Amino acid sequence: MSVTTSPGFALEESGERSTLRVTGDWTVMTINTMDDGLRNLRTSFPLQIDVTSLGRIDTAGAFLMDRTLRAAPEGSGVIGEHDVARRLIEQVHAVSDPVPPLRAPDHGFTALLERTGRGFMGVMSETWSTLAFLGESLTVTLRLLMNPWKLRWTSIVAVMEEAGLDAMPIIAFLSFFVGMVVAYIGATTLSEFDLEIYTVELIGYSMLREFGVVLTGIVLAGRTNSSFTAQIGTMKMRQEIDAMQTLGLKPMDILVAPRIIALLLMTPALTFVATIAGIAGGVVVGWSSLDINPGVFLDRLQASVPLEHFWVGLSKAPIFGFVVTLIACRQGLSVGGSVQSLGKATTTSVVQGLFAVIVLDALFAILYMKLGI
Amino acid sequence: MTDDIIIRIRDLKTAYGSHTVHEHLDLDIRRGEIIGVIGPSGCGKSVLLRAITGLKEMAAGSIEVFGRRLETLDEHERSDLEQRWGVMFQDGALFSNLTVRENVEVPIKEHTEIAPMLRHELADMKIRMAGLGADASPKYPSDLSGGMRKRAALARALALDPELLFLDEPTAGLDPITAEGFDALIRSLQQALGLTVFLVTHDVDTLYATCDRIAVLGEKHVLAVGTIDELRAFDHPWVQDYFCGPRGRAATGH
Repeated sequence: MSVTTSPGFALEESGERSTLRVTGDWTVMTINTMDDGLRNLRTSFPLQIDVTSLGRIDTAGAFLMDRTLRAAPEGSGVIGEHDVARRLIEQVHAVSDPVPPLRAPDHGFTALLERTGRGFMGVMSETWSTLAFLGESLTVTLRLLMNPWKLRWTSIVAVMEEAGLDAMPIIAFLSFFVGMVVAYIGATTLSEFDLEIYTVELIGYSMLREFGVVLTGIVLAGRTNSSFTAQIGTMKMRQEIDAMQTLGLKPMDILVAPRIIALLLMTPALTFVATIAGIAGGVVVGWSSLDINPGVFLDRLQASVPLEHFWVGLSKAPIFGFVVTLIACRQGLSVGGSVQSLGKATTTSVVQGLFAVIVLDALFAILYMKLGI
Repeated sequence: MTDDIIIRIRDLKTAYGSHTVHEHLDLDIRRGEIIGVIGPSGCGKSVLLRAITGLKEMAAGSIEVFGRRLETLDEHERSDLEQRWGVMFQDGALFSNLTVRENVEVPIKEHTEIAPMLRHELADMKIRMAGLGADASPKYPSDLSGGMRKRAALARALALDPELLFLDEPTAGLDPITAEGFDALIRSLQQALGLTVFLVTHDVDTLYATCDRIAVLGEKHVLAVGTIDELRAFDHPWVQDYFCGPRGRAATGH
């Protein structure tokens, strides 16, 4: 590559005109030093750019010269001989219509109001479309459940395996450790009153009512939710969903309903496993640190923790599964054409899923308390 | 004159596993010409483009670009060389998380020290030069039509004022009128900027409208190189079908 010489310019004002003598190479690699000087150049007379001693020039250099000429008074132009400069400047001039200045971002109170308004309307329309999607999913799922021969059992079973069976080890593992932690907390607190044996009740109540199902919900929101959104979102992005519709297939029937049904079936099973694993964690701690024999632990659990707590926990499971799937599918279908929107939808999906699980659990707690269960 | 050869390919061999794409391929591209590369589907037109730009490693032979052999260059020299060419991929390959203007700014930002304001102005100029309105600058690639995406990709390929421009199927998937506009654009940019253009295409009309010379790829090497009239006289069944078939005749008006 030939050596580049750094560009330069000199302004000469004589009589009724100004001459700008440009020297050196004016290319995209070199012109960064010329920008400010030329931007602030002001002449009262027509400007002539003398390109005689100009080295190499490309469109970037030509753009700078053209910009200077456009800012200068009427009658400005290029003088001197150069291979390409004149032609390039003309070429650049042809596409350099004055750009309308960008609207200055207005700050202050009105902008705050505007943002607040937009934010509020965004939340409203998000809620509205979530409810609409909820309604549509419910009707589709119910319609399919009424006509079970129309159900796509293959995809239901596939989702049950992928989102249910494959998640079982993770959920059991997590729940086991949470059971251990609860037992330890209970043991340290209760031992101050010599009531270590109540650790059994603590484990029983917390695992059966809350932790089993909440942990399942959280793992589903993190694991299944993101994969559903990514699967459906990728299909949306690659126009597969449009293709489905033109082939007379309904995306709701094919993509959404099987996932909802599969998770309606699998979440209770996962919750059951989580509960058992949590109790097992408690039993291990009880046995190793509190000298509570597993037999005694289980006898006491049976005697003092009523079965209804188990049903309370399990009753929340299908709701969590349903809501998490609903969020995942809705976000997946909201993906646009860009890769970025897929990433955004997946994040939103996980965040909304976790949020929904925790909030719903709190609502259930209030509901069951009022009902006295 | 040897100086006027901008790309010199000798005895090129490329392969994917045991499948040979090119063998004993020779091709010279002269400075300042638009060379069209045609050939049946799957004959390795795009692979040739990838081999020249170093995206596909060759199995044997040599490729000289600007008189330098790619495989002998270190990282720094390689980067210098890459700034002297621009590549427009088939479907644009715009970065989807950046706006059109930001896409065009990427190479400018990476390789020069131009201040942000001038960078915006330069990017907008390239965008208009590629035939897009200024209103396209703040849009994302997903908001553009296929033809506009190609123009935006061309603007990005032109960002650093390359001497050599690679275009992979620039008019594929465009309607005839848009394609015609694109052909005229390539021709006028080539004349204004003194570009050398390596054009891979299927489109007979594009060949007639833009190319100085045409290279026909087939049977793993270059079957023939020449002007359209030379190729029409060339005795090879595929070449005859191509130029003297109904579409070829329609394009030439014969």
